[in-house]
Amino acid sequence: MSLRSRVIDLYKNLYHMGKEYPGGSKWFHDRLKLAFSKNKEVQDSKQVEQLIARGEFVVKEIEALYSLRKYRAMKQRYYDKDEEVSIATQKFEDSVKKL
Amino acid sequence: MKILVGVKRVVDYAVKIRVKPDRSGVVTEGVQHSMNPFDEIALEEAVKLKEKKLATEVVAFSLGGPKSAEVLRTALAKGADKAVHVQVTDAEAGKLESFHVAKALQKIVEQEKFDAVFLGKQAIDDDSSQTAPILAGLLEWPQALYASKVEDAGAGHMKVTREIDGGLDTIKVKVPFVLSADLRLNEPRYATLPNIMKAKKKPLKNIPIKDLNVDITPQTETLEVTEPPVRQAGGFVDDVSALVAKLKEKGFVKA
Repeated sequence: MSLRSRVIDLYKNLYHMGKEYPGGSKWFHDRLKLAFSKNKEVQDSKQVEQLIARGEFVVKEIEALYSLRKYRAMKQRYYDKDEEVSIATQKFEDSVKKL
Repeated sequence: MKILVGVKRVVDYAVKIRVKPDRSGVVTEGVQHSMNPFDEIALEEAVKLKEKKLATEVVAFSLGGPKSAEVLRTALAKGADKAVHVQVTDAEAGKLESFHVAKALQKIVEQEKFDAVFLGKQAIDDDSSQTAPILAGLLEWPQALYASKVEDAGAGHMKVTREIDGGLDTIKVKVPFVLSADLRLNEPRYATLPNIMKAKKKPLKNIPIKDLNVDITPQTETLEVTEPPVRQAGGFVDDVSALVAKLKEKGFVKA
């Protein structure tokens, strides 16, 4: 695939992901456009590769953010006992037993 | 192993739920919908088993109105091979119960010979958690509910770790079986744009509910849906003596 179409695909992919951005899609889409137009003059293919790699890293980060957000929401709603608290409680109870 | 995965179209988890003014239900018109998060986990597990070559085919199933096709497309984008949409009207979809979904699943399983059915442990809209156990009962298959780990145990068995109150329960179930997925089973993948595009070419079969001979007459009647009570705002007190006086007044400390 040509560099040009890879850049376009990356943009489309990021645009699609931005639709469900927690802070509103407008904020995300504005930043996205800005980030791409800032580098529109870049001609060197090595540099373009680097920029694509950076964009792909952002894709992974957003995926992680969305998945964490959903996980946390589900945990908060359906699992009343906080894991960290129960681990700490277990630790405390174990240490009390030793006394 | 052929796996059938049930997915439900529900109001998106991030949407603030509003109750209709006539208290007959919640507002669903013009509201963002998505796949039930627990069904995503069930689907992910089936797709993972396929990637590990433990499963041969993953088929997504949904019982619902015309728009349920959207979540089936998402399921296809996330790795399902085929999709089956058992169709009802939107009005009927609002009155469906776990029993009806289990009945429809049973018919599909009997028609197409599946070896396992994976479902989310509950849907985030009705929270009933009953589809998986009812289906296991109807099919007379073993059930592995609230699964947090699934492993191959050989000789036509699976080893499933279940989340139960205060610990974990490890069971061995004979295939075919019904599984319901708990939150910690896996981390579902994101449906990327290229995969959504590819999913458009995957087969999606439509079956009207009457073709399955499933009676979807409601067994329960919703009397009223209300908002949870609003938390009262707190207040500030000037000093300790005012606080003590307030606490005495409310009867939290003995005078």
